[in-house]
Amino acid sequence: MDMYAENILDHYKNPRRFGRIADCTHSAYDVNPLCGDCVEITLTVDDGVIVDAAFSGKGCAISRAATSMLMEEIVGRRAHDVGNIANDFVFELIGAPLTAARVKCALLGLVVLKKAVNQ
Amino acid sequence: MMFNGIKKDFPIFDREVNGKRLVYLDSASTSQKPRSVIDAEKAFYERMNANVHRGIHALSQEATAAYEGVREKVRAFIGAREAGEIVFTRGTTESINLVASTWGEQNISEGDEIVVSALEHHSNLVPWQQLCKRKKALLKVIPLLKNGLLNIDALGGLLGPRTKLVALTQMSNAIGTIVPIKKVVQIVRDAGGAAVGAGGGSARIKVLVDGAQSVAHAGFDLSEMPVDFLAFSSHKMLGPTGVGVLYVKREILETMPPYQFGGEMVKEVSQTDAKWNDLPWRFEAGTPNIAGVVGLGAALDYLHKLGFDAILKHDRELAGCAREKLSQFPGLVMYGPEDGGRAELMAGGIVSFNVPGVHPHDVGSILDNEGVAVRTGHHCAQPLMERLGCDATVRVSFYVYNDISDVDAAALALQKVYDIFNV
Repeated sequence: MDMYAENILDHYKNPRRFGRIADCTHSAYDVNPLCGDCVEITLTVDDGVIVDAAFSGKGCAISRAATSMLMEEIVGRRAHDVGNIANDFVFELIGAPLTAARVKCALLGLVVLKKAVNQ
Repeated sequence: MMFNGIKKDFPIFDREVNGKRLVYLDSASTSQKPRSVIDAEKAFYERMNANVHRGIHALSQEATAAYEGVREKVRAFIGAREAGEIVFTRGTTESINLVASTWGEQNISEGDEIVVSALEHHSNLVPWQQLCKRKKALLKVIPLLKNGLLNIDALGGLLGPRTKLVALTQMSNAIGTIVPIKKVVQIVRDAGGAAVGAGGGSARIKVLVDGAQSVAHAGFDLSEMPVDFLAFSSHKMLGPTGVGVLYVKREILETMPPYQFGGEMVKEVSQTDAKWNDLPWRFEAGTPNIAGVVGLGAALDYLHKLGFDAILKHDRELAGCAREKLSQFPGLVMYGPEDGGRAELMAGGIVSFNVPGVHPHDVGSILDNEGVAVRTGHHCAQPLMERLGCDATVRVSFYVYNDISDVDAAALALQKVYDIFNV
């Protein structure tokens, strides 16, 4: 099944930047009411640039892999730019077609990330 | 199994899902519909369509006779004394909300107590939880035993002089536990108040049963379980969506204030006042789902032909087969009581489980890719999930059209989950 390609399973089993930044400058948390999955993202933003990022929470392979991939992408970027990331960016990271029911799983991390940078 | 060959009565099984045969294991969410139900609804619109209780023309009279005919059918089905005790609603949720916002508003006051169980679906929890908040009343919860059964012995201790209502599911939608309502009625009666048999007056502590899951599989017999309120849905028992039933014992229904105002529920209206219609129409404001009710009638006919004893036996046998198959998967965790074939009806046709290290949604997606439809998530029973120590489960649920080939197909699809996630 395309949705469960090797890179997705790798990010699910070995999520990157998994944890919490204790002295973060920005943080946000949200849940997907459909399934109860939750994501917390903590960021350290210095002079408008994300210098450190971490996420934690509970979720399916799609939501965890998507958030893990996002974390890898955002460090070193300007917080303002990250706040404008489009949904398609996440879909491209995942690289496989998602059924409608799974789109929300894929986007949970991005929703929380935007909440964090817009704090 | 007993109902082999009846899949052909259900048109939906002619289609494929993701190129595979449809294996529908989500009947606890909603059941599929036999041709006879679809035809009954279609025939109503093609041959009989008119509003009920309104016109003196032929179509209206035929529609009224059909609609009221199903009310009588429902009365006989659950063993109510009179058709006036049967109110048609939109579903179980509306049935329960109707009771909470009429009887509940009128009878629950500060310091009163309502008892629910740890198994409740949100729709038999939140209406009472919110009523208790509004009234400063107390919500008490019958706890769960370790094996997923309800600790019914604890019920007696929860009943006190301020208890007004015991509102319980008869079958957990999330883990299949069956609650012995006959015993509940006895305990409540012993506690000095309770629901009394058909023909008797109403007592201090009322009993409400959420039959959304159980009635579809086991029917209901009020003479055996003389509860005060019974709520169930058409769509879980082969009937159309948007139709529910609320049974209320006449002595109570007579005292309940109207739920909604408008046409049909009134007898006489002046510019400044109104008189309420007779029972049960007082509680059916507006044009009801007439075609849906007609469809429910066809569903009851279909189920009666199969027989409820046979249906429950069939569903529990399949659940037993599923448990056996699932237990062969390493590390797989099942929730809810093991049936063990005992007569006390511990578990219905529902099996809830988790694959270690794999989120239920991922299990559901992979099964779906194989044409196997299951429910994943918290099943609208979050407090129960919390007690079971998980956020969500995969749930398979069986009904009349399922057979052993569906269990086999689900097991094959589950093996793919194990392969993909390398469990």
